[in-house]
Amino acid sequence: MAGSKGLTGRQKLGWAVVSVVVLVYALFPVAAIFANSFKTQADLGNPSFWPRNWTLTHYEMIFVGGAQELFLTSLRNSIGITLIATFVAVVLATLCAYAIARLNFPGKRIILGAALAVSIFPVISVVTPLFNLWRTIGLYDTWPGLIIPYLSLTLPISIWTLSAFFRQIPWELEQAAQVDGATQWQAFRKAIVPLAAPGVFTTAILAFFIAWNDFVYGISLTSTEAARPVPAALAFFQGASQFEEPTGAISAAAIVVTIPVVVLVLLFQRRIVSGLTQGAVKG
Amino acid sequence: MTATAESTRKQRRSSKKPRRSDRTKAEIRLGWLLAGPAFFVMLAVTAYPIAQATFDSLFSFRLTAPDERSFVFLDNYILLFSDGLFWRIFGVTLLITVVTVAVELVLGFALALVMHRALKSLRGALRTAILVPYGIITVVSAFAWYYMFDINSGFVNNWFSWVPGIDSDLDWFSNFGTAITVIMASEIWKTTPFIALLLLAGLAQVPDELVEAARVDGATKVQQFTRVIIPNMKAAIMVAVLFRALDAFRIFDNVFIMTGGDANTEVLALLAYRQSISRLEIGLGSAVSVVLFICVLLLCLLAVKGFRVDLASGTDSSGGKKQGGK
Repeated sequence: MAGSKGLTGRQKLGWAVVSVVVLVYALFPVAAIFANSFKTQADLGNPSFWPRNWTLTHYEMIFVGGAQELFLTSLRNSIGITLIATFVAVVLATLCAYAIARLNFPGKRIILGAALAVSIFPVISVVTPLFNLWRTIGLYDTWPGLIIPYLSLTLPISIWTLSAFFRQIPWELEQAAQVDGATQWQAFRKAIVPLAAPGVFTTAILAFFIAWNDFVYGISLTSTEAARPVPAALAFFQGASQFEEPTGAISAAAIVVTIPVVVLVLLFQRRIVSGLTQGAVKG
Repeated sequence: MTATAESTRKQRRSSKKPRRSDRTKAEIRLGWLLAGPAFFVMLAVTAYPIAQATFDSLFSFRLTAPDERSFVFLDNYILLFSDGLFWRIFGVTLLITVVTVAVELVLGFALALVMHRALKSLRGALRTAILVPYGIITVVSAFAWYYMFDINSGFVNNWFSWVPGIDSDLDWFSNFGTAITVIMASEIWKTTPFIALLLLAGLAQVPDELVEAARVDGATKVQQFTRVIIPNMKAAIMVAVLFRALDAFRIFDNVFIMTGGDANTEVLALLAYRQSISRLEIGLGSAVSVVLFICVLLLCLLAVKGFRVDLASGTDSSGGKKQGGK
């Protein structure tokens, strides 16, 4: 905090105000839905921000109650499909980015250009033909039926981000290690992997965010609980009776799927920012 | 940046060992062996479907009556373009794109300047906070904003009842103006952090000496900003705007959750969804998909040719700068 000594009282106050404004901007809607998730059904009908009586009813409903099947299966689908899509994309992209950063071969620019083109591609445009094709070949409403199209979301950003990361690695270290007597594999494992791992990890986080966020594929290419991910399932929630809005249950489910995002952001804020600005492809 | 990095690498390598052609061949083979799978998977999940959609759009084809499929050439497109409804939906999509990107650019700049100037200790906390909207699921954001404004459970009508036009009976989602405002608010909230972070990277690229020199020469704060800082980060601004514009044009989640297209808030992506997935009109739905794709393509070409946005260099230079800054 050495730097803050130079600030006058007024400047300090100014920064405090600015920080509060930014924090409120960033967290207000999250706080609102968080508050909703703890409101009783009666509280949901009155216009106060915080619940008058805090209740866990809605969390009970999605974890052990009536909405359990809908929510828990979709949560399992979301986690499984997202993790697999992220893993496959990062593995393929790591090989690809390594080749782009290290090797000289014609077609490099084409590959990077294709990644860029795919990342601006409107998802809805590929949904119609996939919907039709998946129904014909039996991939409709299955995990692979979502994992494959998710690659169109996760691969481009992974290739760009990793290429940017790998360009910065001092590959000479590998040769230096070999000169010092390491085998090629040892040199790669001991010198290069520790330098490359943070980039790969950051890329995985970004890819995870994108796949976790998907709604278009999720709602178009599934029809039952067999593969429906959480964002799509939220649109199917129903109230306890037909006169009751499922506001509380949706809010509780929304908070549950926001937890992984918040945890990742809290732990890896610096890495996410550097990954985003280096790859600079839409996330 | 890419070119220089590659050429120095090439020089380095060629100065070490004289290149033999079989070595070059082996390198090319290895390169495609490693990069090929990713490349072909990407093409398979996008190029093939869009080709199929283009083909399907030339047919009158309903999944409910698969036998009545018939070739109609451009009839689906003619039907679309001659329908006033399509043009209204197109207009709404364009409106959302223009307004959200403009607001996000201003807000994003403010956020980027705050983070740029903030003390180190504060910077981490601010960046963590704005990454929450970035990472949050769009559907969750849509529900959060929907419930805030909802006539039954929302608090906005109550809090802002002193504003003329807002009272407890105002149903935000029943007419176009108010509904589209909330939809755009959610979109802006969720995506401004992305723009802010790109602009922050751009700000870091502006040499401090330039700003200092302008200050010494007597430039006011505003002049420093408009004459020195903005021109020096034009590339970052263009890339941020283009990516966001392309993304905003595909808006789907927020509209689907909040209004489902009611109150005239339907957008192109939702139209495509309703035609093909809900109504199983594969022919017409494909036509809408192709039109949407061509719009995004045109928007991109316009930016790259018209404004000379070099997407590749823009993304690259921010990466290069990061490296230099460390």
